Amino acid sequence: MNLNRRVFIAGAALLAACTACGLSAQAQEKFITVASTTSTEQSGLFGYLLPIYEKKSGVKVRVVAVGTGQALDMGRRGDADVEFVHDRPAEEKFLAEGFATKRQDVMYNDFILVGPKSDPAKAQGKDILEGLKKVAAAKAPFVSSGDRSGTHAAELRYWKDAGVNLDAVRGPWYRDTGSGMGPALNTAASMDAYILADRGTWLSFKNRGNLQIVVEGDTKLFNQYGVMLVNPARHPHVKVDLGQAFIDWLVSPEGQQVIAGYKIGGQQLFFPNAKP
Amino acid sequence: MNWIAASLADAARLAFSLDPRLYAIIGLSLAVSLASVTFASIAGGLIGAAVAVGRFPGRRVLIVLLNAAMGLPPVVVGLVVYLMLSRAGPLGAAGLLFTPQAMVIAQFVLITPLIAALTRQVIEDAWREYEEQLRSLGARAWQAALTLLWDTRFSLLTVVLAGLGRAMAEVGAVMIVGGNIDGVTRVMTTTIALETSKGDLPLAVGLGVILVLIVLLLNAAAYGVREWAVRRHG
Repeated sequence: MNLNRRVFIAGAALLAACTACGLSAQAQEKFITVASTTSTEQSGLFGYLLPIYEKKSGVKVRVVAVGTGQALDMGRRGDADVEFVHDRPAEEKFLAEGFATKRQDVMYNDFILVGPKSDPAKAQGKDILEGLKKVAAAKAPFVSSGDRSGTHAAELRYWKDAGVNLDAVRGPWYRDTGSGMGPALNTAASMDAYILADRGTWLSFKNRGNLQIVVEGDTKLFNQYGVMLVNPARHPHVKVDLGQAFIDWLVSPEGQQVIAGYKIGGQQLFFPNAKP
Repeated sequence: MNWIAASLADAARLAFSLDPRLYAIIGLSLAVSLASVTFASIAGGLIGAAVAVGRFPGRRVLIVLLNAAMGLPPVVVGLVVYLMLSRAGPLGAAGLLFTPQAMVIAQFVLITPLIAALTRQVIEDAWREYEEQLRSLGARAWQAALTLLWDTRFSLLTVVLAGLGRAMAEVGAVMIVGGNIDGVTRVMTTTIALETSKGDLPLAVGLGVILVLIVLLLNAAAYGVREWAVRRHG
């Protein structure tokens, strides 16, 4: 019995030790942590782009995909080396606070207003502000991701520019789901609601139900992505060399070409526009 | 009910695809959960036995706290562990955030109270039965606790399985402290959450079916071991 007990305890200890060292073994490789948005992750861009970069550089890029607001908070806390996000005003604030010293354009795509095929609010058109006004006037169901993401920030700006005071007209028709772009699209699809989405997530989204694009092509729907290295003066452990190398590659002709090469069903999702 | 067929087809296709990425995800899920359950079983088992056998001030409060902590919301545990491990947090210098170790820590915090509370119940029942006998043999409290832990080990296996079930099924905590990084901290549950976000519901349910099957297999294996051991050792 005593022997049995010893074997049992030794086995448990061995199991714990094995899993622990097995888990830490993978921490040895060279890597950087990039805080980015769900739109870049869920559109599949990173799944396409990162293997190309990792093969070339030998550096693993670990992407944590959250809303832009949370991604910037990760940088503020020092939990990321590079920020790759899409909310210009929030990025400017990040710079002003000194958490980064330089911001570079990388690429753009556009937002679209998605809605049910029957278009009960008659929002169809080329003008996003007109479209949103009609949705609000008709009190047609509208789903907001409500997650402080870049898309959410853009949505709030459009409402403001359209002269719709959300606080005043907010009612059951305006559904703040407090989730990411994808879950919000799932919600919109299941209740035939309007929703502002980024084109990348929409193109790769599979559960569209009755939804289709209602407004697109308005220049105001421009969606710019930027990249920043977290300021090592604020967080000394930031991997400056590896992080900067990744940024340099993204804005280089080679990186830009790779971004342009990512397509779903023949459609290009992101348009590189880094300034040389 | 088309989606059920599609999901089952996806589950079968996935399971037999031999996709190394899928196996890496399943492997990581198992490694993280088994590691956290092992540590939690040691800590929780000892805490549970100590509370069951020991008599000290505040014991009743501790029992209530342990029982209540069985219902700790994973997302809260995740958030607290995130703030501790974040570079700006007290343990930030270790650089553990967004690693599998961070996920083990979060799950450990989550399931140790569960294992401690259930162990306490099992040991206390056994203690009531054997207290006189053990005392007459001159056993000290800690010796009695260890003896009871050993004697009730087959019942405790169920306790460990409850912990493993919670660890494997949990998504809120590992999502926050792991970051769902592809190839590093992406496990079964966070993959399912991601595929749901992408609107690929059949794939998400397919992965769910595989996860449930794995948990089922683990439980069947544990049951088999227990039956075999009981027959052998009585």
